[in-house]
Amino acid sequence: MNTGVLLPLATLASSLLPGIIIFMLPETRSRTRTTLNLAGALTKLALVVVMLFGVRAGNDYGFRHEVLPGVQLAFEMDALALLFVTLSSGLWLLTTLYAIGYLEQSPHRNRFFGFFSLCVTATIGIAMAANLFTFFVFYELLTLATYPLVAHRGTQKARRGAAVYLGYTLVGGALVLTGIIWLRSIAGPVEFTAGGALGGLGAEHRTGLRIAFALLVAGVGVKAALVPLHGWLPRAMVAPAPVSALLHAVAVVKAGAFGIVRIVYEVFGVEQAHALGVLTPLAVVAATTIVWGSLRALTQDELKRRLAFSTVSQVSYIALGVAMLGPQATIGGLVHLVHQGIMKITLFFCAGNYAETLGVHRVSEMDGIARRMPLTSAAFTIGALGMMSAPLTAGAVSKHWLSAGAEAADMAWAGWVLTASSLLNAAYFLPIVFRAWCRQPPTAWPQEHITRAGWRETGWLLLLPPLVTAAATLGAGVLADLPMSPLTWARLIAAREYAGSSM
Amino acid sequence: MLIAWLIVLPLAWALAAWLAGARRGATIACAGVLVQLLLALALAREVAAHGPFTYAVGGWGAPLGIDLHVDGLSALLVLLTEVVALPLVLYTRAWLVAQEQDGTYLWPLLGLLLAALHALFVSADLFNLYVTLELLGLGAVALVASGGERKQLAAALRYLVASLVASGCFLLGVAVIYGIHGTVSLADLAERVPADPTTPTLLAGALMLLGLMIKTALFPFHGWLPAAHGSAAAPVSALLSALVVKASFYVILRLRLSVYSGWAEQLDWLPALLGGGAILYGSWCALRAERLKMLIAYSTVAQLGYLFLLFPLLAVGELALTAGALQILAHALAKAALFAAAGIALLASGRDSVAGLASLAGVLPLTWFAFGLAGTSLMGLPPSGGFLAKWLLIDAAIMRGQWIMILLVVASGLLAAAYIFRILSCAFRSAEREQAVALRPVPRTMEWVAFALAAASVLVGLEANAIAGLLGTGGAR
Repeated sequence: MNTGVLLPLATLASSLLPGIIIFMLPETRSRTRTTLNLAGALTKLALVVVMLFGVRAGNDYGFRHEVLPGVQLAFEMDALALLFVTLSSGLWLLTTLYAIGYLEQSPHRNRFFGFFSLCVTATIGIAMAANLFTFFVFYELLTLATYPLVAHRGTQKARRGAAVYLGYTLVGGALVLTGIIWLRSIAGPVEFTAGGALGGLGAEHRTGLRIAFALLVAGVGVKAALVPLHGWLPRAMVAPAPVSALLHAVAVVKAGAFGIVRIVYEVFGVEQAHALGVLTPLAVVAATTIVWGSLRALTQDELKRRLAFSTVSQVSYIALGVAMLGPQATIGGLVHLVHQGIMKITLFFCAGNYAETLGVHRVSEMDGIARRMPLTSAAFTIGALGMMSAPLTAGAVSKHWLSAGAEAADMAWAGWVLTASSLLNAAYFLPIVFRAWCRQPPTAWPQEHITRAGWRETGWLLLLPPLVTAAATLGAGVLADLPMSPLTWARLIAAREYAGSSM
Repeated sequence: MLIAWLIVLPLAWALAAWLAGARRGATIACAGVLVQLLLALALAREVAAHGPFTYAVGGWGAPLGIDLHVDGLSALLVLLTEVVALPLVLYTRAWLVAQEQDGTYLWPLLGLLLAALHALFVSADLFNLYVTLELLGLGAVALVASGGERKQLAAALRYLVASLVASGCFLLGVAVIYGIHGTVSLADLAERVPADPTTPTLLAGALMLLGLMIKTALFPFHGWLPAAHGSAAAPVSALLSALVVKASFYVILRLRLSVYSGWAEQLDWLPALLGGGAILYGSWCALRAERLKMLIAYSTVAQLGYLFLLFPLLAVGELALTAGALQILAHALAKAALFAAAGIALLASGRDSVAGLASLAGVLPLTWFAFGLAGTSLMGLPPSGGFLAKWLLIDAAIMRGQWIMILLVVASGLLAAAYIFRILSCAFRSAEREQAVALRPVPRTMEWVAFALAAASVLVGLEANAIAGLLGTGGAR
């Protein structure tokens, strides 16, 4: 086996094997479990770094296994896959650290970390899938692997949330399956191809292709939480904080958004999709989602629910970028895939810290919390500023390219939607920031679990991850032009997607 | 020779197990099935290498003697029988010890059942098919009754009546065919029955089909199945749901592909329609069932429906046959795993209710994984064998333009998910039920068997190519 096959295989195995071993470990072996988790996450990250340089140099990484004649499990680590893989393996490491701190002493940790690893494996599989069949296999695996995480706490509410999640995502999966087979009946097996795989089809297939597009995008749109398919997301908030971080930034909604990217660019091809007239409806749905999510977020008092609706809104930036024709919008959408991930995970880490340290779950309880937890609150503030697309943050970079894309695509209204969304984001994040920094703290916190020790306002495993991601939020904004930045990478992908066209 | 051994061996160990008594009988049975597995592997290998072949028992060919015929499909099903039976005999052995039962009659009956299955899969004539079906039915009824509980006896009686009526129909059909065409050999009949057969031949076909549909428990003839499979001892339910109902389906498929291949196309919609009804009705009942084993039994009713969707699609060729074979394999493994896991739950908690599973939350992780993996296959989620079967079925349906069928298959996957997650969601009830219910210890062997069967039902999907190859080289006649 050469490295071209070995590296992507090892990337999958580096979370799959630890997951399987963790399932078999007794609950009490927490040290072994932690070692396995971290070894897996670090190995994966190292592999990804090697492949980053390899792909930039033009190396091929991939392998195939024929399941049935004409049906292949195919993996290909292209630039787009790496964008997603890098994001998820980097954030997986941080989330694992965070989860180890967060779940200390709680029951069923081997079950939790086992499914956690499976979840990341599924995400990597989705990223590397080279055809629709493989994509679907891992897309459904992700559904199955996340269900136990959402239901983890075992309360009535948790199981209810998990059941709703499952209902939405399984129906979504059924739509995707139907779409894939529909497309297969028109065009045969579809391999993901830069610039689109359906180029040679005649005009008589237009209706069929439109239906297939609608089925596929509605199917992945469930995970991407496009309105009106977003109902599961706020309810899945009952899950423990590391799971919410995973759902919102690394795995589930990202897998949905990533699916939209693959379907538009590498199945239909952005120009063919434009010619079919399916991009404008997608843009309208995305814009509706952006505004609706933000409006709903305004009135939520529970911090995690507010963040959940914010996710609904922010993830659709990606869909909006994808739905606008032109390289600038593409760059904006792709770069936001990464940027939304690091910003939102920061916010969820912080929300988890507030809850775990002080028992603070609601915005109304957050008065003066920055005095008790200044570092966490600083990270939260940076994440929130990023969401508002404030200058010097990653959010600003996303918004810049998306707005430029809207202008280039003659969709000025999309630019207005983005501006309105920034204002709405400010309207629901700034009051929190104001409360945290400028109000008097209460005499006693709701439930103080962890006491302060010097500068450590909470456990260091809880503190480190949000600080790192907050720093990354700033870094991705300030250093956007460096060679390995998300922006540079998104430009590389966009250049490849538009390579064959006149644009 | 291999085939003859496969039929003689189980009979031989059945006798030996009966003579040796229950304790040593278990060991003999395990050894016997292990050898059978090796023989079945050798058989599959031979068919894959040299193609289908006919074996004349004792050197006397048809019409005087008995011919046995092996092709890809029959070799595959014989192999499946062994792959399901070996874990289940290990399971049964541990189960009997845990239940403090001796199982005097269990082992001989098991041998008889396996011998009948093997003989059925390689039968080359209608009369042999009848005899093996009858043996199979009697063995299965006796196994249901072997637990000796009141409700088991009642279910067994019902099963017996259904089985006898079905055998009667089938035998009548065979007699009519013999009267008209003067032979019962499938190969000869395939040549003699004209493409446009006479009314009596059609009637005979209808009678045989009716009998076989009753035996396969196709909706609306499924009445006997939930009671029989739901009340039998766990390992027996596993064996019956996994293998026995598949045998009569195999006969339908065999007849459809050989004797009635010419004209049956016009009538293919009938079994497909009933199959669709089975999926919807079976799933609906599984959703409402209160007892765990009833839920699983109704799931069998639903899953058997998939097989009958196959008939209108047979015209697309090997693809449809592969879909059917995969569905048989995946369902057999998954259902055996589910019943095995249900047996563990029953043993541990002493309760056979779906709600009662909550008392097992947080313990017996292997069993929960067995439920989960087997469920994945039944729901048709990737990468399981059930998923590939569904994928191929939809593919074939698109080729034939059967849009309603596509909708049905997709929707039924969701229905299956709904009833499977009734079971799985119980695994997470820990937070509310911390009060420890006293659980009985479960032998590890039983847990591993359930898990291994479930894992196999998922992994069989990854080997689909080999299965399609075996079906292709030794294709059905």
